[in-house]
Amino acid sequence: MLEAMAASVIIRAEEDRALLCPSGRWDIANAAALDQRLRDLALPDRPVRIELDGVEAMDTAGAWLLVRTRRRLSARGLAVDFAGGKPGYHILLDQLEAAGAAAEPPPPRGAAPLADWFIRIGAATASFGTGVLGFLYFLGQVIVTLGKTALRPRRLRVTAVFAHIEATGVSALPIIGLVSFLIGIVLAYQAEVQLRRYGATTAVIDLTAIAIMREFGVLLTAIMMAGRSGSAFTAQIGTMIVGEEVDALRALGLDPIEVLVLPRLIALVISLPLLSFFADILGLFGSGLLSWIAIGINPTLFTERLANISITHFWVGMVKAPVFAVIIALIGCYEGLRVSGSAESVGRQTTRSVVESVFLVIVLDALFSVFFDVMGI
Amino acid sequence: MSWASERDVVVRVRGLSVGFGRRLVLENANLDLYRNEILGVVGGSGSGKSVLLRAILGLVPRRAGRIEVFGRDVAALDLEERRLLERRFGVLFQGGALFSSLTVAENVAVPLREHVGLTAALAAEIAAVKLALVGLDPAADGRKYPSELSGGMKKRAALARAIVLDPEILFLDEPTGGLDPIGAAAFDRLIQHLTQTLGLTLFMVTHDLDSLVTICDRIAVLADRHVLTTGSVEELLAETHPWVREYFHGPRAARFFSPDALNRSG
Repeated sequence: MLEAMAASVIIRAEEDRALLCPSGRWDIANAAALDQRLRDLALPDRPVRIELDGVEAMDTAGAWLLVRTRRRLSARGLAVDFAGGKPGYHILLDQLEAAGAAAEPPPPRGAAPLADWFIRIGAATASFGTGVLGFLYFLGQVIVTLGKTALRPRRLRVTAVFAHIEATGVSALPIIGLVSFLIGIVLAYQAEVQLRRYGATTAVIDLTAIAIMREFGVLLTAIMMAGRSGSAFTAQIGTMIVGEEVDALRALGLDPIEVLVLPRLIALVISLPLLSFFADILGLFGSGLLSWIAIGINPTLFTERLANISITHFWVGMVKAPVFAVIIALIGCYEGLRVSGSAESVGRQTTRSVVESVFLVIVLDALFSVFFDVMGI
Repeated sequence: MSWASERDVVVRVRGLSVGFGRRLVLENANLDLYRNEILGVVGGSGSGKSVLLRAILGLVPRRAGRIEVFGRDVAALDLEERRLLERRFGVLFQGGALFSSLTVAENVAVPLREHVGLTAALAAEIAAVKLALVGLDPAADGRKYPSELSGGMKKRAALARAIVLDPEILFLDEPTGGLDPIGAAAFDRLIQHLTQTLGLTLFMVTHDLDSLVTICDRIAVLADRHVLTTGSVEELLAETHPWVREYFHGPRAARFFSPDALNRSG
């Protein structure tokens, strides 16, 4: 029934009027062809009767084409009427006639590319501005709520904190461990290739250990956490906004910052440094293993050299971890709270959350490097 | 409506069982849907009304049973036949299920774009006509995104999308749920109106007693995991099953189903 069957329309001139005779199946399957046919037809300049006897079937699309033709002719001051056909056709035509008056399709998107381009730039700039201001406002709210909670520690949702530590920390152990282990291997291997030329292969230990402890352990962990937990925070809170759960919290007199943001923030501040430490250990293990197998530095020598490295390098790395954790948790929660009502918005904010937190983590890491260099640490 | 004279069965469900995990939601359910009728499906919360609808649409797997649509067993159809069959269905989901990344007008035009090779201009025109038919303003409302619409407008927009291909069977899942009484009554009239204009067959899951009396030709009652009984309002009033008695003789129903009220609504 949906295969295209012949449908057509012809015009017959009579003395004082023209007859428009549609025939065949005026349905959606033939609509494209009929639309073209009606456009090609030279419309008469005298009163028109649309004779429906030849129409075998008619659906809304077919009826609309006829109604549209009638409206075009009427607009030129010609009298048009429908005649013949099944009674059902006339009900449909009358319906569409009534609806047709209002049926002005909205202009398609992207009709004015240049204007759209400027609009997009303007919207992005405005959105950046409100985003920064909104983040500062949010930061203030979090600090105030944190202060209130510090005064009344019983308000802290301990169960939620532990649940989030498990989700962001414990279950991330395998992937963080694996990545750090492999990075340790890669780093030691690359260092060995370069240092062998100078006959300083044992320096591989110092180089990799310092690089891992100062930078790679914590940076990799932070980036992985931004992708793994920051995005999860945004998606969780965003979905709660779409499902009106955040509004429900507010209506129940609960502060979303206290209920949703604080536990996530505290959990990440606890779990990210622990994960960084774990990443350091696994990274060192990886480089130690490669040094032993590929370079022939035995584990005793490795640990001896390691013991001679200043512990400061370890602390320089570790001190950055809670800062990164705050950045990731706050941006994840903030972007989640900015979700507005649709599934698409959840996706957009999640992407934004990851991009922003990775970017800020790396920028901050660079600032830390400059700071430590100036301080001579 | 003329369902009584022409008992052409468009959907025939026989011995349908659907379950999730260890729980059977429907067991040995039987149902007929006749051409050009408006069938109301009622039942308590969790009685499997939406599951029955989804099973007919092929959205949930069934444990046993046979579903025939237009005389053909849906299980025996190949992918292409299934696609053609689905074009003859229109579905209005409970929450509207509009695509959130598209505007209302684009949402309505999706079936036109996907299933029929219309030019963009003609598809936009037909989508606008359908929006006007369901009482939305195509120019103003058509460019909005679903998240900017009220609940009632979402239902209307979703209905416009459901009827855009002039389906033969329209499935409605709680079309008036969440609407105010005036909006619900208007929606009922709209549905009845479209049914007459477009010659639709309606399968309507509802809780709305008003809809049942005003627009349904026949009512199917789901209870005890199957279709307990079907019939007109008058026939169901005479039913003795406790749930059906409670439903049609309860305090809320009394106002609708008193002989007086029935006479008024014809």
